[in-house]
Amino acid sequence: MSEHIVSPKIYVSVFLALLVFTGLTYSIALINLGPFNAIVAITIAMIKSLLVILFFMHVKYSPKMTKVSIISGFFFLLILLGLSMTDYISRPWAGSFSKAAQQDTQQR
Amino acid sequence: MSDSQTAVHVLKHHFRDMEQQNETASFGMWLFLVTEIMFFGGLFCAYLIYRVLYFDSFAAASSTIDVKWGAINTAVLICSSLTMAMAVHSAALGKRKALVGFLVLTIILGGVFLGIKGKEYYDKFEENHVPGSNYHFIVEPELAHKFHAIDPAKTEIFFSLYFIMTGLHATHMVVGFGLLLWLIIASMKGKFSPGYYSPVEMVGLYWHFVDIVWIWLFPLLYLISRHH
Amino acid sequence: MATAVQPVEKTNYLNADYGIKSWLLTTDHKRIALLYLASVTFFFFIGGFFAMLIRLELLTPAGDLMQADTYNKVFTMHGVIMVFFFLIPSIPAVLGNFLVPIMVGAKDLAFPKINLASWYLYMIGGGLTLYGLINGGLDTGWTFYTPFSTTYSNTNVSIVAIGVFINGFSSIFTGLNFIVTIHRMRAPGLTWSRLPLFLWAHYATAVIMVLGTPVIAITLLLVAAERLLHLGIFDAKLGGDPLLFQHLFWFYSHPAVYIMILPAMGVISELVTCFSRKRVFGYNFVALASIGIAVIGFLVWAHHMFVAGISVYAAMVFSFLSYLVAIPSAIKVFNWTATLYKGSIRFDTPMLYVFGFIGLFTIGGMTGLFLAALGLDVHVTDTYFVVAHFHYIMVGGAIMGYLGGLHFWWPKITGRMYPESWAKLSALLVFVGFNLTFFPQFVVGFLGMPRRYHAYPPEYQILNILSTAGASVLAIGYIFPMIYFAWSLRYGKKAPANPWNAAGLEWTIPSPPSTFNFDETPVVTWEAYNYDEIEETQEAEVVG
Repeated sequence: MSEHIVSPKIYVSVFLALLVFTGLTYSIALINLGPFNAIVAITIAMIKSLLVILFFMHVKYSPKMTKVSIISGFFFLLILLGLSMTDYISRPWAGSFSKAAQQDTQQR
Repeated sequence: MSDSQTAVHVLKHHFRDMEQQNETASFGMWLFLVTEIMFFGGLFCAYLIYRVLYFDSFAAASSTIDVKWGAINTAVLICSSLTMAMAVHSAALGKRKALVGFLVLTIILGGVFLGIKGKEYYDKFEENHVPGSNYHFIVEPELAHKFHAIDPAKTEIFFSLYFIMTGLHATHMVVGFGLLLWLIIASMKGKFSPGYYSPVEMVGLYWHFVDIVWIWLFPLLYLISRHH
Repeated sequence: MATAVQPVEKTNYLNADYGIKSWLLTTDHKRIALLYLASVTFFFFIGGFFAMLIRLELLTPAGDLMQADTYNKVFTMHGVIMVFFFLIPSIPAVLGNFLVPIMVGAKDLAFPKINLASWYLYMIGGGLTLYGLINGGLDTGWTFYTPFSTTYSNTNVSIVAIGVFINGFSSIFTGLNFIVTIHRMRAPGLTWSRLPLFLWAHYATAVIMVLGTPVIAITLLLVAAERLLHLGIFDAKLGGDPLLFQHLFWFYSHPAVYIMILPAMGVISELVTCFSRKRVFGYNFVALASIGIAVIGFLVWAHHMFVAGISVYAAMVFSFLSYLVAIPSAIKVFNWTATLYKGSIRFDTPMLYVFGFIGLFTIGGMTGLFLAALGLDVHVTDTYFVVAHFHYIMVGGAIMGYLGGLHFWWPKITGRMYPESWAKLSALLVFVGFNLTFFPQFVVGFLGMPRRYHAYPPEYQILNILSTAGASVLAIGYIFPMIYFAWSLRYGKKAPANPWNAAGLEWTIPSPPSTFNFDETPVVTWEAYNYDEIEETQEAEVVG
């Protein structure tokens, strides 16, 4: 239990920021940025998540173990996503498999 | 002094003091949320892989979901996170009426979210976008013009993921409902005080986590490719 | 030791309360450990029954005992029950639950009610799985590969998948409890570097449980969702990738094997020090190796998929990482061996299991390296070579660790000694039976006999007969402890607080302990395994 009491002002500011970022993520989606659409969307989602985690969930004022646990969770999720992707990304590379199979996969 | 009286009342026998008990509860809840990260994470992994493999089909399918409702729901959940945070704040300050009020608001907002979700599901049902024997994805000309490699079969994979991910999220919200109801009843009975409000905080952590999942679901499911 | 005057029996956790409710609604971690002991043993014998059916079928080259479909169900149920309902829970849920709070000097685990919930989840998951078994079984292999499991199998896929799913939460709750307990409930003075290695091992295990289990949970949920709700993520007709399932499945199931072996390694560290009367060699390395195994263990899963169709570049990455994970394991084996050096060795039963473990785990681990080599794996994958490899680790390793631990801590848990001669005989039978069962499988696998087939070419018969003979001996080796442990509850010699004169907080409290473990919270000022400081005031009481 964090003894630190967060002021409602901070909560409201975070709340407003979250709404703004939501509007931003929608507006930017309407613009063609090519591969950057995905990157921007993910970045905004990360910022929003961080705001909720640090302030609404009090992690900014929480013990170190809390921060370590959260980071570990995301780290191992990234391992799952990243190492799986090494398979899918490298399947079309030269020598991986036949041309016929290559035509099945879509790349963007 | 009434705070420490309540505190002694709820100190469990295997802890030496309330501080240890509260820190333990918080750590335990965070570890549970870490398991939830990995639980939803498996779905995000499936989503990532299929989006990369079948981008056009995914983008086309995503375009047929009404963004407006998704955006409104995102705002609704963000509001509910604010009210939940304020509920925890009220509990920490011993403001019982405010605590109950904010918890009730949170539940109402959660209800709005689920109502809108139900409407979205119904829309998908009407369009035959629910996976199964009735699934039928019509490739509209403007979609075909924008995405050249749409395969209707692969759009069914998108919608399978859509229903599973939002469905699992909604299930978590329903569980959250139950927890909030329990909190409302307990706080109306005066069970919480500045010396003991750990359950309110723990449910708050859970609720915020469910909000964060939606923060990711919205752009990933609704906004894959919306530019003209 | 005078036995003429029988003292009034002190209140301990076993006689503190009577009646079935006091057991089924207990929150005492020690009683929950016994609940688990009973249920885990029950499932072990069911899994063992299926093993017997497998070995009986494989006595002859022809598939004459049962049809291929039935055989598929038999090896599937053997795998599902042994992996999920025996190997994964065994040491953590029985020995871990009993010892973790005592070893940290606490009165209970951090969340006693969650501990009880974990047992109920185990029972519900197990019950559902048994129902699936009785209702016609499952034939997908314990690995549930798609699209067979999602589309083509017409056996009880959803039921067993949900049963395993529920059981997964049992595992998660246990892991969560251990992590929080070890972090937050250590007695004053008990720093991380003074912790028994049993705790380091269980901590690493708990981290894997918490991080990995949710992934198989969602994966099995997806399989059930596809079958029941037609939400086709893995449906090949729609473009579903069978390898996606395998990536998600093995992301957990490979670290799961470390859930099975790490606790056994923790047991070995406790036993090898006690029966060499020495501090462990290289404490820091052994402790960190546990963490290393847990972390690196998450990076290697696709070595189960080398021939499944992953890209050859990914295969190279996973092959390299798989070699890395052998390093911390090897460090441990080296350090235990170095602990023996110039030790005062005693060959009590637990130590026999230690020797068995060190040798057999080494063989199992090294053959894992064979399998991690891409070229060699193409030849031996899906053959009995793999079957032998994982049984060496899981049976020769994990189960020996479990049995060694059960014998070592039996006096503490029950207040009784087991009969030493019978125990030594059983250990010998287990060792001989084990090797006779599984060594021929390395050979026959290398020669090309595929796994999961109920018929094979006649030239493999001799090796299969040896294997089945070994299994019979092994079975006797497992049945004997069942009998003498039960016997000891009534007729075994009453055990003192520290029959082995061992180091560790658990030996400072009575056998069996009182409900709240310690009358006063201990203050720890000594290193683990301080055998050089322990006076030989009491002869170790071993019934010879």
